[in-house]
Amino acid sequence: MKRIYSIEDACIGCHLCEIGCITEHSLSKDPVKAFMHEKERPISRCTVEELNGGITSLSTTCRHCDEPDCLQACISGAIQKDSEGVVRLDREQCVGCWSCVMACPYGAIQRNLASKKANKCDLCPDRETPACVDACPNRALVYREGSQK
Amino acid sequence: MNYVIVGNSVAAVGAIRAIRALDQQGNITVISREKHNAYGRPLISYLLGGLINEKRMSYLPDEFYSRHRINLLLNSEVIGVDTDSRKVKLVGGDTIAYDRLLLATGGDPFVPPIEGIADKDRIFTFTTWDDAAKLKVISQDINHAVVIGGGLIGLKAAEGLNLLNKSVTVIELADRVLSSAFDRPAGKIVARKMKANGIDVITEDTVVRIEGEGTEITGVTLKSGDFIPCDTVIVAIGVRPAAGFLKESNIEIKRGIVVDNTMATSAKDVFAAGDVAEAADFFSEQKNPMPIWPDAYIQGDIAGTAMAGGAKTYAGGLAMNSIEFFKVSTISMGITNPADPSEFEIHSFQDIQNYQYRKIVLKNNLLVGAVLVGNVDRAGIFSGLIKEKIDMKLFKESLLLPDFGFVNLSREIRDTLFSPLGKSVNKDIPAMATGH
Repeated sequence: MKRIYSIEDACIGCHLCEIGCITEHSLSKDPVKAFMHEKERPISRCTVEELNGGITSLSTTCRHCDEPDCLQACISGAIQKDSEGVVRLDREQCVGCWSCVMACPYGAIQRNLASKKANKCDLCPDRETPACVDACPNRALVYREGSQK
Repeated sequence: MNYVIVGNSVAAVGAIRAIRALDQQGNITVISREKHNAYGRPLISYLLGGLINEKRMSYLPDEFYSRHRINLLLNSEVIGVDTDSRKVKLVGGDTIAYDRLLLATGGDPFVPPIEGIADKDRIFTFTTWDDAAKLKVISQDINHAVVIGGGLIGLKAAEGLNLLNKSVTVIELADRVLSSAFDRPAGKIVARKMKANGIDVITEDTVVRIEGEGTEITGVTLKSGDFIPCDTVIVAIGVRPAAGFLKESNIEIKRGIVVDNTMATSAKDVFAAGDVAEAADFFSEQKNPMPIWPDAYIQGDIAGTAMAGGAKTYAGGLAMNSIEFFKVSTISMGITNPADPSEFEIHSFQDIQNYQYRKIVLKNNLLVGAVLVGNVDRAGIFSGLIKEKIDMKLFKESLLLPDFGFVNLSREIRDTLFSPLGKSVNKDIPAMATGH
């Protein structure tokens, strides 16, 4: 399956991947509307880490592991791996216990405190290429085939 | 090949998936003494408190059992295993033959022989869906409940009843709640939150007698002499491996069913996983039962793999819990409260007023435990650092940072752990970071 790979040396710490992610998962899919007018603005499913004012930066996101720690830890069954290998979170089923947050060694599942639901990368099912990858101006995020192991 | 799995919770599910990944043909029979398909057992407090409905108790998609071609026997209790004739015996006399057997029966709540307990009606335990359902049915008539035991199960039961506007008193023998998973400050924060929500928490005391005429409860008398009026008692002292049905068998049992690092028991072709098993600890390698949900899944996965002829090795049980109490998030993992602190290096930060606490436990520069209260974001990075035994000598100081992440580690460690280029591409990078 295709996965998102993060190239640290190419990351400029601009956070556009996060903006792209939030926009894609908003109701309007428009960045201005999403940020200014939508009541429940999504939170980003990728996290840009920075150190020393951005000298070091990298965008981290779900690896869609072959044997996901988050799935094993999930107490409600909200996290399942679909037939394509995508690790999916069923928001209806999620109870916000944060067991997945505890288990994911990549720190790639966020807490949405407003909805009290976990938040994770879904590889943008409505798009050919995930929004974070398309938003990256320096190809620090690459979407391509590759096994996790 | 006939696979028989006794038990139908998370360890069984891990095993079913592992078996089917390797063997599409064999017959799999799952036997459960409960009447439900696999359900999110820790969700029973959410169900009791009315936070979720019964539909959301389902742990699996409806088609799971048919898709994996499972012969599912619910409401069936196994009362014995004959390892010579390779059969399990059911209540009612039926027997089922196995080629490979998995024992994943979980735990039974421990109910001590407290004076007056035997003849009372409203004594409950709180480990199954049916326990929660029974409590829910009578909840209208509850005025005041006493919960014996301030561990995870007791506090979640108390929270569920509190959400139904019931008055609740928790009585804990230790000097704080959550004494097994948490240290003193974290226990204090949780107790403070419970009290702020109207739950009475009494520590360093225990129930010595349940009072009342006939089947009715009028209150409990504590060791200190205090009397707490109540009409309902929930016993949440702990669980024990549910291995009683194996007494007549020749399978080695200590506190739980003793297993090796492939989850094999002392009997040929018999495996055990989950709360009933006694497997090696991640740090000490000593065997002990570890009633931890993710660990049960992992053990089930390893057992199922071995049963179907594959090979995976258990890295040892790592305790971890993520629990919310009245919207305060708490995560604990590994060694959180070492008995002999001199062998460990401990760093902590606390802001009890704002329900924030962070504690890091290191040994020989390796991270061995963490407690996070409040801000628990990205806690899993810590579990990864523990499991992968990363030398933290140069990065210790950063572990308490609220936004600690991969950038705080060296490039080399980051490339191995986060594998930005993908592990399949660079063959020199060991495939380790997914943990199994």
